[in-house]
Amino acid sequence: MSKKIITPVKEFEEFLTPEYKELIANGPYNRDKPTTVDDLGTFYEMTGPHPHCAGCGVSLAIRLGLASLPAPEDTIVIGTPGCSYFALTQSTLNYSCTAFGNQNSVASGLKRMLKVRHPDKQKDVLVMVGDGGVADIGLDNTLHSWFRGENIATVMLDNEVYGNTGGQESGMTTEGTVLNMAPTGKKFPKIPMFELAKTSGCVYAAKVTVASPKKVGETIRKAILVAREIGPTYVQVYGPCPTNLKFPPSKTIEAAKDGEKSYYKYEEYMTDGAKEYLNRSKA
Amino acid sequence: MVQETYRVLPGPEAYLAPAAAMMGVMPPDSGSAIVEGSVVSEDEAIAVIARKLADAKNPAVCPGPLLIWQWDDGVSAKAAAVRELAEACGAKILPMIDYSARRIRTDMEISPNHPNVTILQNDIDVCLFAGVHSHYANYALRLIRARTDCYTIVLGDYSASEDAMASLRDINVDKINAITEKIKSLKRG
Ligand SMILES: Cc1ncc(C[n+]2csc(CCOP(=O)(O)OP(=O)(O)O)c2C)c(N)n1
Ligand SMILES: [Mg+2]
Repeated sequence: MSKKIITPVKEFEEFLTPEYKELIANGPYNRDKPTTVDDLGTFYEMTGPHPHCAGCGVSLAIRLGLASLPAPEDTIVIGTPGCSYFALTQSTLNYSCTAFGNQNSVASGLKRMLKVRHPDKQKDVLVMVGDGGVADIGLDNTLHSWFRGENIATVMLDNEVYGNTGGQESGMTTEGTVLNMAPTGKKFPKIPMFELAKTSGCVYAAKVTVASPKKVGETIRKAILVAREIGPTYVQVYGPCPTNLKFPPSKTIEAAKDGEKSYYKYEEYMTDGAKEYLNRSKA
Repeated sequence: MVQETYRVLPGPEAYLAPAAAMMGVMPPDSGSAIVEGSVVSEDEAIAVIARKLADAKNPAVCPGPLLIWQWDDGVSAKAAAVRELAEACGAKILPMIDYSARRIRTDMEISPNHPNVTILQNDIDVCLFAGVHSHYANYALRLIRARTDCYTIVLGDYSASEDAMASLRDINVDKINAITEKIKSLKRG
């Protein structure tokens, strides 16, 4: 499997679209060294044209994440309804969208099945979903996958709102924020997802924003690597939503930078086991 | 209510055509094939498929991911046979490269998500799918039956597609070549 699935048979090669030919010749697949955020602009990316709003922080986080996969040909991304669906479903990656909130349960089953089916090969299962998907509707499934110690990486694309359905508050909305469908403001603080990750079994956890693109790429890559052998991992990426948080689309990075001054100050947590594994895989 | 004699025929049938299985059409067992909702022998189905392709004004052959990508050693031989079949009937090749909901080039490729658009844009009257996973094939076939008058044919790697107008199962190079030979002899007159 692996790279064979992105190698065309010669009989039909000429009928592929120019985009697919470019992806094969100059994409993230078929490389000796996986791409990183530093390589953006020099290779054909997996994220194609998508209908996200101008200035969307979530689509930027997805772009950075997909550029940083350690083994794209052996990766499957599991999602759930939410804005992230748009860029992910239009990417040239193995992507499966679950019923809302079920992502970590589906990912657990898939990872276990892949271990049985490919005992000699690492197959990465990466969950990429919104804040509502992780912290509200999928909270029980997420926490239980961590309690069970599943070998999956979970990435929360936090835009602090239900973006896809027009601006309801999520558990991750900051206290007092007024939204289209929260006219009197949110009444309680952000759910402490990052703390929950640390106490619920995650062996690696990081909090980053799209204003620090390299960190987004690096933490997602580390989360995927550590999840292979050590245990569940979690990355919480802040990608602000201009449409619902009502700021100009050109100010997304500024909004994310603002976030870094308070709640979204960069944090990285890992167990000794995770640290040792990362040192070993670097060597 | 299940109708006893639901026929899987060219549309346009409805805004959304029903799944043939829901109308009581069962895919054939090993050794048989299916034509317009009825189980027939493989030879009968091969004759129908060859006739439809030979008579088509503007046929298309749509190889799917199982036939485009080098995932298994047997792919190349099947791909060569399907390509020869396409050449025998002068079909346009419109690949279904993947199943993603990405924006596609409807003049060059077909997608399971809105296959009717490619069929209509290219004015295809008979199309043949090969190397498409059954669940995506059936979905695409229903959409084509719903919105176009195109005659659909499926060569299934494992099972036949009951949502196609004609379909063979357990397809191999010999069966593909049998269709090609028939097309050639029909074309010779
Ligand atoms: C079971 C279920 N309940 C509700 C919905 C409707 N729904 C779709 S997306 C969404 C909000 C998603 O919010 P979030 O996870 O934060 O993602 P975002 O759109 O902000 O990226 C909701 C409530 C659904 N699809 N399924
Ligand atoms: Mg959200």
